[in-house]
Amino acid sequence: MKRGSFWSWLWVIIGTLYFLLPLISTFDFSLRAKKGELSFLAYTRVFTDPNFWATMRFSLLIALFTIFLSIVLIAPTAYWIRLRLPKLRGIVEFISMLPYVIPAIVWVFGAIRTFSGTPFFLTNTLFGTYVLLTTGYVVLSLPFVYRSIDVGLAAIDVKSLTEAAQSLGAGWGTILFKVIFPNLKVAILSSSFLTLAIVIGEYTIASFLVGIKAYGPYMSMIGQNKTYESSSLAIISFLLTWAFMGVIQLLTRGKTSGSSMAGAR
Amino acid sequence: MAFLTLKNVSKVFGNTTAVEDFNLEVEKGEFVSFLGPSGCGKTTTLRMIAGFELPTSGIITLDGEDITYKSPNQRNVGMVFQSYALFPNLTIGQNIGFGLQVRKMPKEEMEKRIDEMLSIVHLEAHKNKYPHQLSGGQQQRIALARALAINPRVLLLDEPLSALDAKIRVELRLEIRRIQQEMGITTIYVTHDQEEALLISDRIVVMSQGLIEQVGTPDKIYNYPSNEFVAQFVGQLNLLPITDVDLENGKCLLAGQEVRFEHTPGRIISESPRLAIRPEELQIGTGEGRNALKGRVESALFLGAVVRLRVDIGGVFLSADFFNERSRTLPHSGDEVVISFPEYSCWVM
Repeated sequence: MKRGSFWSWLWVIIGTLYFLLPLISTFDFSLRAKKGELSFLAYTRVFTDPNFWATMRFSLLIALFTIFLSIVLIAPTAYWIRLRLPKLRGIVEFISMLPYVIPAIVWVFGAIRTFSGTPFFLTNTLFGTYVLLTTGYVVLSLPFVYRSIDVGLAAIDVKSLTEAAQSLGAGWGTILFKVIFPNLKVAILSSSFLTLAIVIGEYTIASFLVGIKAYGPYMSMIGQNKTYESSSLAIISFLLTWAFMGVIQLLTRGKTSGSSMAGAR
Repeated sequence: MAFLTLKNVSKVFGNTTAVEDFNLEVEKGEFVSFLGPSGCGKTTTLRMIAGFELPTSGIITLDGEDITYKSPNQRNVGMVFQSYALFPNLTIGQNIGFGLQVRKMPKEEMEKRIDEMLSIVHLEAHKNKYPHQLSGGQQQRIALARALAINPRVLLLDEPLSALDAKIRVELRLEIRRIQQEMGITTIYVTHDQEEALLISDRIVVMSQGLIEQVGTPDKIYNYPSNEFVAQFVGQLNLLPITDVDLENGKCLLAGQEVRFEHTPGRIISESPRLAIRPEELQIGTGEGRNALKGRVESALFLGAVVRLRVDIGGVFLSADFFNERSRTLPHSGDEVVISFPEYSCWVM
C-alpha cells in the first residue's frame, strides 16, 4: 500500500467511526429495553403509541402545505428575477439567507407578538395557528428552496427558452407550466424533500405554536420521559431523513445534464 | 407598400443609443441580412421586430399592421436563436409541435405538419429523440423547423450559425437559404460574418454604432461601398495614402508613382485622401491600359486557395491576393515586382 493511500484510508476510517459509532451505540441502546436481551420492544412501543402517528401525520400535513406554499411563492419569483430583474439577485439571495442568521426562537416570538393582536388574530384560532406555523416553515426553508430552484434555473437558458416560447405564441401560463417548471422538476423535488426533512424534525417553532401536536416536540417529550423509546425515535428520524435524501439522489442521478441542454454544444 | 417596414426606429438603453433612426422596407419573400460588428445594434433591431424589445421611438409595421407595441406571442413571427433554445424536456416532435399546440391545432393535422417540417430539414428519424441527443447542427435545424412550423409572417434568425463549427456552418447556411426560397418566407438574418451575408442575402443592411451605413444587394455592397466603414468591413481592402489628387482628370500620386482612377461624382473624399482597391483586383506584371506600380515583396502568405502578397511600394504597403495554381510560380520575399490594376477597379476615399 502506498504511503499516501494509507493516510487517506486512515482518515476515512476515523471519519466513518466518528459518524457511525454514536449511531451504532444509540441503535444498540434502543434494543435494550427488555432487561438482559436485545429486542425491538422500544420500537414496538413507539409504533403502537397513537401520539406517534398523530404527530407524524400532523407534521407531514404541515410539511406538504409548506412545500406547496414555498414552491408557489419562490419558483415564479426566482424565475422572474432571473428573467427580468437580474440586478436584484444579490438582494434576494441575501434575504433568502436571513433564516440562517436569525434564530427560529427570535422569529417565533416576533410572529406570536405580531399575529396575536390587531389586525391579525392568527394565534386566536387553531386554523390561524396552523397558518402561522406553515408560514414560519416557509421562512425556515427559504434558503434551501430558493437556492435549489435558483441553481435549477441557472442550468437552463431561461431567457432564450422564454423568448422561444413567446415567439411560438405561448402566454405566461404555458411558458411556466410547459417550459420552465418541467425543466425545474429535479430542483423542485430536491427542495421539497429538504423542506420535508426540516419540517418533520423542527422543534422550536412547533413547540411554541402547537406544542406536542407536532413530531419535533413529541420527540423531545419522549426523550425526557422514556429512555429507550427516545433512542428508537432518534434512529427512526435518521432513517426517515436518509430515505428522503436517498429519494433526492435517485431523482437527481444523471438528470442534470439532460435538463441543462439549452445552450450551444 | 412594403411587407415589413421600420420607420424612424430608435432604441435607447440608459445613456446608450443602441439603434438610431432606423428606416427599412422589406418586401414579401425577401431575405435581408443585418451585418455589422458586435454592438452595432443589429440584434436589438431584430429583437424589436420580434417584440422582445420595445422601440424608444418609431413605428414597425408588418403586412400593413402596426406591431410596434404588440406582445411577442401575438405577432406570429418565427425566431431562431444562436443558442437553439430547444425545450430540453420535450422531444424533437414535441418541440416542433409546441407552437401548433399553443394554436390548438387538431392532433392529426399537427402530426402531419411535424412530419412535413422534419422532412424539410431532413431529420425524420429523430422525431422521438430529445434535444441533447442531437448534434449542434441538428439542433439548429430543429429550431428552424420549429420556427417555420407555425407558418410565421416573418422568420427572424439571430446569428443562428455562430455556435457551430465551420463545416456545419457552410452546409447549414445554404440549407437555410434553400428552405427560405422553397417556402418563400420573408426573412431577417443577423450576422457578423460578411461571407455568410454576401452568400445568402437578397439585400444586406450594413450597420455600425446603431446606424445604417448602407443598404443594398450583396454585389452593390461589395463593389460600391458607400463609405470607408462598409468598404473595410465587407471584404479586404487596401487603403493607400495618396497625394496630388486631381478629381477632374482622375489622377493622383501613390508613393510618387502616378495612378489613374475612375471618379464617381458625389463620392465623399476625406481631407487625407486614400486610394481604395481590393486585393483580388491586383495582378503581377504590366498590362495595357492598367496602372502599374513598382515594388518589393515583403512577405508571401499561403492561405490554401489564395496566396497573399504584402508588397512595399516605396514605403506604402499593399496586399495582393492571387489564386494558388500548382503550375504558377509566385514571387518570394525580397523579389522586385510590378503590380498592376485597371483604373475602374480603384477609387478615392
